[in-house]
Amino acid sequence: MEQFIKKKIIQVKKGDQSAFSDVVAFYQDKIYQHCYRMLGNRHEAEDMAQEAFIRAFVNIDSFDENRKFSTWLYRIATNLTIDRMRKRKPDYHLDAEIKGTEGLDMYSQLASTERLPGEEVESRDLQRYIHHEISQLPSKYRSIIMLRYLEEFSLKEISEILDVPLGTVKTRIHRGREALRKRLRHV
Amino acid sequence: MSCNEKYIKRMHDYLDGDISAEDESLLRRHLEDCEDCQKHFHELNRTITLIRSAERMEAPVGFTENVMRKLPTEKKSVKYKRWFKRHPILVAAAIFFLLMIGSLSSTFNQGTDQLVVSTQEELVIDGDTVIVPAGVTVPGDVYVKNGDLLVLGTVDGNVTLFNGELLDSDSQLDGGNLMASAGGVNGDLETVDQTFEWIWYHVKNFFKGLFSF
Repeated sequence: MEQFIKKKIIQVKKGDQSAFSDVVAFYQDKIYQHCYRMLGNRHEAEDMAQEAFIRAFVNIDSFDENRKFSTWLYRIATNLTIDRMRKRKPDYHLDAEIKGTEGLDMYSQLASTERLPGEEVESRDLQRYIHHEISQLPSKYRSIIMLRYLEEFSLKEISEILDVPLGTVKTRIHRGREALRKRLRHV
Repeated sequence: MSCNEKYIKRMHDYLDGDISAEDESLLRRHLEDCEDCQKHFHELNRTITLIRSAERMEAPVGFTENVMRKLPTEKKSVKYKRWFKRHPILVAAAIFFLLMIGSLSSTFNQGTDQLVVSTQEELVIDGDTVIVPAGVTVPGDVYVKNGDLLVLGTVDGNVTLFNGELLDSDSQLDGGNLMASAGGVNGDLETVDQTFEWIWYHVKNFFKGLFSF
């Protein structure tokens, strides 16, 4: 896969815009998911994920083909989401937790449109719950936990993506794991 | 947590695959004895499994198409700029070449109609034709620009012709073979006719000049 992406990137660099659609198609789910987990809002996640791909395209000449493309792409996406969180206006989202409740957001106030039988509901609810617990972590821990366990990057790659020293990555992943351990202990 | 922070640190190092063999065996031995740490370690492992099972998501339908539609369509100038950036040597060579052609063709066009002849007294000029009279030996190199050269005598050196040709003495003279063997050039004969050859001649001279140092 790495080779396939590498080939496509070289084509894009040569000016073949259409080759970029294969790159987007390959990474769209990962990047969208990453943005969603960082921002916790579908609409913003889509905007930022799109923006990340557009920036990657515009700056493709500055990408060194000998490095891993995914690391570079995640770095763009992560910086965009962090920027977005800083600028964020305090407005209301369905995903935002309702004050004074524990783990209740506006989605839980909406009537569920689909009813799945027994176990499936349970496992989906659990997945959602885990997602929610991750989203409650401070973003500096959240990003690292996500990159490590959901995107399967090595600690060294994470330090490159976030532009943070390896030692800091280690400290944060320890704290992130401890925080989640406490949150998920009773599951 | 009653247990030593040191062991918890070791658990995390273990989970990161960043632990020395010595520390690992210490941790193992400790876990066998300490129930609290066992529980802690088990919870950490379980947490990781749970994180990995978190809800996976797919990008909205039409995501790729939307991105592709939003990509800036490259302006021609941007395309050229990219190309230039990528081939700086080629660009420099092209500019150099253009300038060279420009300067050469301007000297080439200067006085295209004017006859220019090297200054030997022995040469006879008849309209556009330069004649080396029969029985005469011209010393040194002969240079003729924008004119033809008829050699009936002898040139004791190289002959260079620009934009003209060496006339055949046979066709010029009624007598035909009378002087045919008399005309001669005791050196190289070079005829330059086209603009390209004119450039080539200059380039060659330029390099000759370079290497003669």
